[in-house]
Amino acid sequence: MATKTDIARQFIEAIPHSKALGMRLTEMGEGEAVIEMPYDEKLVGDPETGVLHGGAVSALMDTCCGAAVMSHPAAPGGTATIDLRIDYMRAATPGQAITARATCYHVTRTVAFVRATATDDDADNPVAAAAGAFTVEGTR
Amino acid sequence: MRQPRRKPEPVQVIKQRRDATLRALVEGVPYIQYLGMQFERKGDELTGVLPFDQKLIGNPMLPAIHGGVTAAFLEVTAIITLSWTYLWEDVESGAIDTATLEAGGLPRLPKTIDISTDYLRSGLPRDAYARARINRSGRRYASVHVEAWQDNRNRLFAQATGHFLMPQRRE
Repeated sequence: MATKTDIARQFIEAIPHSKALGMRLTEMGEGEAVIEMPYDEKLVGDPETGVLHGGAVSALMDTCCGAAVMSHPAAPGGTATIDLRIDYMRAATPGQAITARATCYHVTRTVAFVRATATDDDADNPVAAAAGAFTVEGTR
Repeated sequence: MRQPRRKPEPVQVIKQRRDATLRALVEGVPYIQYLGMQFERKGDELTGVLPFDQKLIGNPMLPAIHGGVTAAFLEVTAIITLSWTYLWEDVESGAIDTATLEAGGLPRLPKTIDISTDYLRSGLPRDAYARARINRSGRRYASVHVEAWQDNRNRLFAQATGHFLMPQRRE
């Protein structure tokens, strides 16, 4: 039988842009999601250093936050980003995959609140942090 | 006595320098190329253009542009506009070295400190446009607001405010 994580994984992989960026859902709990994105030269923002563009990290954060909302026990039928703020704390190390962890820490009838961090191989020293609000659409 | 006024440069000379600088900024960044973004220039005013593409979709049911793509589009427009404004004086005076730029010697770009994106409506499967306004640009930090729209200039589908660390001039 397909587990909830399998279903969620298929769901993420059915998103054309997330698929194009090679995103892979590795963990999913109640209101928690972990998504990995491999390093890719086409996503570089600074050709001199090979550091990934912030925009690619934004796409990862947005996908991961949305997945955390969908995995919440309140079981929203769908979600969309209302706003998302991203803080870039340091440049990601070139060549390393980025892992985003998002937590949907509060859900009302209409709004889900999420925070997330992104790390490279140095997991104790985040590359970026995010906080956002998402819509809650028709419960399943 | 009044200084004799310098004769204005021929239009093609100044246009060549402006376009070469803009091209270097946009074509030098792999991620901008990956998204398929372009910039249109009218004098010093820039408009970011994101032609629609299947790989930009985030919700295949609607379909709608991925929120991350929207955020990236706004961020790229802010960074390019900020760099462009920062380089403008050197482009106009001719101090900029277009040969180095064309050979891939990209000027150093501002770094994003933070960016906050508001999603006002879903991004339709259409081309998108964005323009940035620099609200404050100091020696070290800059604050930029960006607006994005699709069919109607007055119906924004997203806006963002970001803070950027400016590159330090090499003395």
